[in-house]
Amino acid sequence: MKFSLSWLKDHLDTRATAEEISAKLNAIGLEVEGIENPADRLAGFMVARVISAEPHPNADKLRVLSVDAGDGAPLQIVCGAPNARAGMIGVLGTPGAVVPGGGFALKVSTIRGVESNGMMCSVRELELGDEHDGILELPADAPVGMSFADYQGSDPVFDVAITPNRPDCMGLYGIARDLAAGGLGSLKPILAAHVAGSFPCPLPIRTDDSEGCPAFFGRAITGVRNGTSPKWMQDRLKSAGQRPISALVDITNYVMLAYGRPAHAYDLAKLSGAIFARRAQDGETCKALNGKEYALTSAMTVIADDRGVHDIAGIMGGEHSGCSETTTDVLLEVAYFDPVRIGETGRALNLTSDARARFERGVDPAFLDTGLDLLTQLITEICGGTPSEVIRAGTPPTAPKLVKYDPAMAERLGGVTIPDAEQRATLAALGFASDAAWNVSVPTWRPDVDGAADLVEEVVRIHGLGNVASVALPRADGVARPTATPAQKLERKVRRAAAARGLNEAVNWSFLPEADAAQFAEGNGGLWLLQNPISEDMKAMRPSLLPGLLSAVARNLDRGAAGLRLFELGRRYLRGEAGRSDERLTLGVVLAGENIPRGWASGKASSFGAFDAKAEALALLAEAGAPVDSLQVAGEAGDQFHPGQSATLRLGPKTVLARFGMLHPAVLKHFDIAVPVAAVELFLDAIPARKAASFARAAYAPPALQAVTRDFAFLVDAALPVGDLVRAVRNADKANVVAARLFDDFRGAGVPEGQKSLAIEVTLQPGEKSYDEAELKSIAERITGAAAKLGAVLRS
Amino acid sequence: MDYAATGEQAQTRIDAASELDALEQLRVEFMGKQGSISGLLKTLGALSADERQIVGPQIHALRESVSAALAERKQALESAALAEQLARDTLDLTLPAPEAPRGSIHPVSQVMDELAEIFADLGFAVATGPEIEDDWHNFTALNIPESHPARAMHDTFYFPEHNDAQSGTTQHNASRMLLRTHTSPVQIRSMLEHGAPLRIIAPGRVYRSDSDATHTPMFHQVEGLVIDKGIHLGHLKWTLETFLKAFFEREDIVLRLRPSYFPFTEPSVEVDVGFALVGSKRVLGGSGDAPGHGWMELLGSGMVNRKVIAAGGLDPDEWQGFAFGVGVDRLAMLKYGMDDLRAFFDGDVRWLAHYGFSPFDVPTLSAGVGTAA
Repeated sequence: MKFSLSWLKDHLDTRATAEEISAKLNAIGLEVEGIENPADRLAGFMVARVISAEPHPNADKLRVLSVDAGDGAPLQIVCGAPNARAGMIGVLGTPGAVVPGGGFALKVSTIRGVESNGMMCSVRELELGDEHDGILELPADAPVGMSFADYQGSDPVFDVAITPNRPDCMGLYGIARDLAAGGLGSLKPILAAHVAGSFPCPLPIRTDDSEGCPAFFGRAITGVRNGTSPKWMQDRLKSAGQRPISALVDITNYVMLAYGRPAHAYDLAKLSGAIFARRAQDGETCKALNGKEYALTSAMTVIADDRGVHDIAGIMGGEHSGCSETTTDVLLEVAYFDPVRIGETGRALNLTSDARARFERGVDPAFLDTGLDLLTQLITEICGGTPSEVIRAGTPPTAPKLVKYDPAMAERLGGVTIPDAEQRATLAALGFASDAAWNVSVPTWRPDVDGAADLVEEVVRIHGLGNVASVALPRADGVARPTATPAQKLERKVRRAAAARGLNEAVNWSFLPEADAAQFAEGNGGLWLLQNPISEDMKAMRPSLLPGLLSAVARNLDRGAAGLRLFELGRRYLRGEAGRSDERLTLGVVLAGENIPRGWASGKASSFGAFDAKAEALALLAEAGAPVDSLQVAGEAGDQFHPGQSATLRLGPKTVLARFGMLHPAVLKHFDIAVPVAAVELFLDAIPARKAASFARAAYAPPALQAVTRDFAFLVDAALPVGDLVRAVRNADKANVVAARLFDDFRGAGVPEGQKSLAIEVTLQPGEKSYDEAELKSIAERITGAAAKLGAVLRS
Repeated sequence: MDYAATGEQAQTRIDAASELDALEQLRVEFMGKQGSISGLLKTLGALSADERQIVGPQIHALRESVSAALAERKQALESAALAEQLARDTLDLTLPAPEAPRGSIHPVSQVMDELAEIFADLGFAVATGPEIEDDWHNFTALNIPESHPARAMHDTFYFPEHNDAQSGTTQHNASRMLLRTHTSPVQIRSMLEHGAPLRIIAPGRVYRSDSDATHTPMFHQVEGLVIDKGIHLGHLKWTLETFLKAFFEREDIVLRLRPSYFPFTEPSVEVDVGFALVGSKRVLGGSGDAPGHGWMELLGSGMVNRKVIAAGGLDPDEWQGFAFGVGVDRLAMLKYGMDDLRAFFDGDVRWLAHYGFSPFDVPTLSAGVGTAA
C-alpha cells in the first residue's frame, strides 16, 4: 500500500510527523518499506521572478531572461517558452538541480552563443502534470527566493507492506484505525450519506451462485459525464502508484484504496436483460480489461447478463462493458465474493489484480452499503448523474464472530504484563467489543481473527513488542548433553575426513538438467521431475551426486583449473514406496585432470587414475566406520564408469557401500570434460550402523615377540584377480597370518605366456614362543595349499 | 735400538697417510701379525728378565703411541671423508617440497556445525526431514490451507500429480509432492515423532522458485522449535539473543521485534538486528536506532499456532512454544563477509579455497564457534 501523508490525514486526526508515523507503523506490524518525499526531488528549484525578457540575438524562438531568484543577483537564462515574460513568477532550476521529469542535471551552458545559468521549468519537467506548452506560472504573491519544495509543501508518500492476514489495511482507513489504536491520533468517521434513488434500477440484479457470490448490491446512475477525475484524486492515485484513467474508473479505484472496498462500474448501455452472478460454463471465455482472453471453467464465478460474461467476478472486469469516455449511464456493482473461490480462480487463470488481492483475503462483508454510498456520492459530485434505487441481491456473511478471551493470556503467551483495562481499550480501538466476561466480538473487517491467540497478538503489538523482556529458557543441570544422532556424527566426520584428505567441499544444486540426471538415473522408478522448474537446467532431482560435481568440474576447467579434487556430501533423491521420496545421504568425490603437476622431482604431470579413486573410497569408508577389511572389490560400478577400470566395494553379495573408478569417456563427453576423471560415490546410508559401544576398547597388549615376514611368489593365470589370491593367502592360516600384502605383479621374461607372477609379503605373528623351522614349514604349506586352490603355483 | 726414533718415524708416516687405505696398510705394516712393532714384541720372550724390565716398557710405549697415532689419524680421515660426503649431499632447500593438496569445508557446512554446537548447549537436538515433501506437511499442517493467500508467498516447486495406475485414482491434494519451501515441516514431523517437550533445530535445503542477485532457487534454512509448558515470547527473545550473540561472538547484538504474520505462528514476530554502517559495510552490533546505525531484517518467528501444535499431535491447551526460521547462507554471508549468494553453489575451487574452512576448524564452544579470518 502506498499513500501520501495528506491522504492519511483525511482519516486520521494527528499531529505526528512522518517519522513518528513510520516508526509506529513498524512497531504495530505494518512494515514501512520506504518513505519517499516528492519534495526531495525538487532540490535546487526556486520560486523566481522574470525581470526582463529580451529576444535572443541568434534565435527567433528563444528569449533571454533576466531572472531574480531572491538573492539580488539576477541570472541570465535562455528560455524557449512562449509564455515567458517580464513580471511573471515561475520556477527556476539552478545548475546542479536534477530535473524530475527528465532525469538530467542542469548546468551552466551556452545556447546559440548566449550563456544560460539554469532553466525555467514546465509542469511536466517538474513532474506535476503533463502540461509542457510553456513554463509553470505561479501566483503573483508567490515568495521569490523560496525553495519550490517548501512552496509546494511536503507530502511524503509511505510504502507499507501489508501482510496477507490484514485485508482491512489494504484500505487506508484500516491503516488509520491501527495508528489511532496505537495512540497516534484519532480516527475520523466515514462521511457517507445515503443518497436515495429517484427511480427503480433499470436492470434486475441477482445472484445465481450464492456460494461464490453471497451478495451483489448495485444501482444505476444515469446521465453521468465520464471526463477526467479532479486533480486531488489524481494526485492521490498517483501517490498510490495508480495511473489515472477516467473519472468513473478512478472513483472505483479511489474507494478501493481508501477503504479496501473494490467495486466495478459497468457501462449500462452494454448490458442486456438482467445482470447476475453465476458459475461460468466450461469453455466460456472472457476478454478482460487487460486485453487478454481467459478460458473459464464451471469452478469460477462470473458476472454476466443475458448475452454473456462481463466480468471475472472479483478479479477483473471485461473489456466489452467497461466504462469509456462515451459512457453516460453506469451500473455499480458492490459484491461480496467467497475468498476461497476468488483465490482458486485467480490461481487457475494466473491473473492477479488489486481487487483479487482484497477479495481473496476477505473484504469487510458489512461494508457493501457504505461502499455503494461512497461511490454514489463521488460519482454524482464529479460526474453528475442521477442514482437509481439500490438493489440488494443475496446477503453478505456478517454474522458476528465471538472469541472467548482471557487477559492473562497476554502474559502467558506474550510474556508481557498488560493491565486488563489497557487490553480492553486496545481491543475497542481496533473495533473489538468485549463484555465483562471477556466475550470478544470480532469486527467484520478482521477475518483473520478467530482465536484468543489472535487477540493476544492484537494487544501485544499495540502495547509494543519492545516491552517484551528476555527470559532465559530453563536449562538442564550440568554440562550440555550430546544431541547429535549417530548419522549426524558420521556425516560430520566423513565431511571433515574428506577435506583433510585434500578435497574441496562443494554444494551443488539438488536439481539438474534432465539429460544430466538421466545419465545417472538408477533403476528406482525413474527420476523426480519438477512440474514447474525455474529453467530446464534445474528440472530433475539428482539421482547421484556425480553429475553436479561433473558440471562443477567442467566450469572449473573452463576457468583454467588443471587438477580438481571436489566432494559433496548430500542427498540423492530416489523414488520411494507409495509415491514418497527416498532421500539418501551420499558422498560424491571427483578427481579430475592433474593429480601431480609437473615438477622438478616428479617430472611430467600425472593424471588421476582408478587407484586414486579406490584410495579415497577405502580411506573414507574407514573413517565412516565401515569394515574395510571385509569389503570385496566386485561387481560393476554402472554404465557411467569405464567398464574395465571401475568396481564396487561390497559387504556381502548385496550391500554396495561404494562405487569407484574412472568415468566413462561418453559421460565425460556429455559434460564437455576433456580430461580423465576418477570418481567415487559412497553410499553412507548403506554402511551398517554400529552397535552402541562403550568407550572402553577391546583389551589389547602388543605381542611380546616380533612379527616375522616371509615372501611368496606365485605363478597364476593372468586373468586371476590379485585380490582373490591375497585374500586366500591371508585367510590360509588365521592363527598366524596377520597380513598379506602384494608387492610385485610381473609379466614378461621368465613368466610363461598367459600367466603372471605375484609376489606377496606375508606377516606372521608368533604367540607365546618363536616359530621353529617345522612350524614355519607347515604355515608355508597351508599358504601354498590355499593358493593352489586358485591355480597358483609357488615359484621356486 | 732407538725406540723413540722408530716411534717418530712411524708418526711421520702415519700423519702423511691421506687415504684410509694407505693408513690401513701402515697399520698392517706396524701392528699386523707380521708387523714391525708386533715383531719387536715377539723379541721380548728371548730376553732375560732384567733386559725385559728395561726394554719391555719401551716397546709397549712405542706400540701405544703408534696405535694412538693410527686411531687419531683414522678418525681425522673419516671425519674429512664424512664432511666431504655431506658437502656433496647438500640440497638447495629453496626448491619446492611436494605439495599436499589442501581441502576445505564449505561455509554452509561450517555454519551448520556452528549452529548445532551453539544450540546443543541450549539443549536443542538437530532434526531432519525430507526435502521432497508432501503438501500436507509443507502447507496444510502449518495452517496454510489450499486457498490461503499465504501460499502465494511461497513460490513452490511442484512435482506432477501422480496417477496411480493400479487403483486408478489420482493422488489426493494432501499427498501432492513438492520441494519444501521452508524447514518448517520438520516441526510437524518432530512433534509427531517425539512428542513434547521438544527442543530442536532443523537445518537443511529449501527451495523456492526465485532467482536474482539475492535469491537462489535452492538455499539453506535453519528452523528452531521449542515446545514446552509456559514458553512465551520472552523466551523466544532470549533464545534468539543468546544464539546470535554466541554466533557472532558479540555481546552488543541488539534485536528489534516487530509484529508480522506467518500462518504457523500466532503472534508472529519479525526480528531485526541492529547494525552500524562502517564505510559502506554493515557491521552487526548496537541498537539500530543509534546515529549511523540501522536495522536489518534477519528472521521470522513467533509463538507456534495452536493449529500447528494440534497437527503435530499435541494438545494445544497443554503445550505451547515458539518457532523461528533463518537463512543459513545469509548467516554465513553476514558473519564471513561473502556478498554473492550464487557463488555458494557454483563450486568454483578458487572461491571454495578462499571462503572455505580447514577441516580442523571444528566449531567448539570452548574455542568460540567462529573461525577468524
